[in-house]
Amino acid sequence: MDIVNKEYVQEVITSFANKDVYIHLETTNGSYASHFKEGFLNAGAFLRNLVVNFELGKIVGDSPHRVGLKLPAGWVYAQGITHYEVDEYGRLLLAGLDHEGKLSVALQISETPFKE
Amino acid sequence: MIEKERHVLIILPHPDDEAFGISGSIAAYRKMGVPVTYACLTLGEMGRNIGNPPVATRETLPEIRKMELIKSCEAMGLEDLRMLGFRDKTLEFEDDEDMVQLVEELIEETNPSLVISFYPGYSVHPDHEATARAVVRAIRRMEVEERPKLYAVAFANNTEAELGTPDIIHDVEATIENKLNSLRAHLSQTVWMMKETEAKLAQNDPEIKKWLRYERFFSYKWDQDFE
Repeated sequence: MDIVNKEYVQEVITSFANKDVYIHLETTNGSYASHFKEGFLNAGAFLRNLVVNFELGKIVGDSPHRVGLKLPAGWVYAQGITHYEVDEYGRLLLAGLDHEGKLSVALQISETPFKE
Repeated sequence: MIEKERHVLIILPHPDDEAFGISGSIAAYRKMGVPVTYACLTLGEMGRNIGNPPVATRETLPEIRKMELIKSCEAMGLEDLRMLGFRDKTLEFEDDEDMVQLVEELIEETNPSLVISFYPGYSVHPDHEATARAVVRAIRRMEVEERPKLYAVAFANNTEAELGTPDIIHDVEATIENKLNSLRAHLSQTVWMMKETEAKLAQNDPEIKKWLRYERFFSYKWDQDFE
């Protein structure tokens, strides 16, 4: 993955607009967060292969970026995005990696389902 | 002293779970000629370490970790690796009875004298806990005299206060290189830790040597069953 190229990522996001696309959205502190720091509220969320059809998608801000998708009846967004890759299947993989390189957030968009 | 077994069945959820505290024992069993089966439930798909700078993505990580797991098994001399195809961080949401049956089938097939897994209630990660519960439930259903021994790994912060000290301690000095190679095999997950470990080893740090040399297990306390 490379550090986000905002203009390019914007182009790729826009190329997925108005199509049924599969979403992977994830936020995580890691499963050991409250082991290393007792009392820490370990919160996170995970969606994989949710199908959406967004009308407008934007990447905003300086790194870390925010990415939002406007749906006909709702929203998807992720914050803390630092890295991107368009993989061999044309999928847009966005991730937020912390100062140690650990993944904290991921938003991925694909025209085909992600592997289960 | 590591007791000789008829067959050892290892049941863990993530590639690399074996490396930290069990790989020296596995290598020792293999050197004794004891057959060892390792059922690894997921491919650690949700690992947060993808390299720094990143060498993997969320989507390529499973394949990388699968190769690392195979390499770790080679380092331990383990030939019977089963990758069971569940997804990382989802085990506790699977049907509990299905998980128990999966363990029952593994036990029935391999007829182990010893099962090694995590200790329910003391293994921190939700996947460790779900695996541990399924293992205990499956063994509990067996006639007492037919049950394999169960060595469980426990590392929650309250372990010592509640479980006491481990009753099974394996000195794995003879297989320490196998263990280091198992740890090194899981490069995507251990690269930072291993840098530190190898530096300490080079300085003959007694703490790190002790940490590597002794593998600690609790015999599951059936008289204080978790449910």
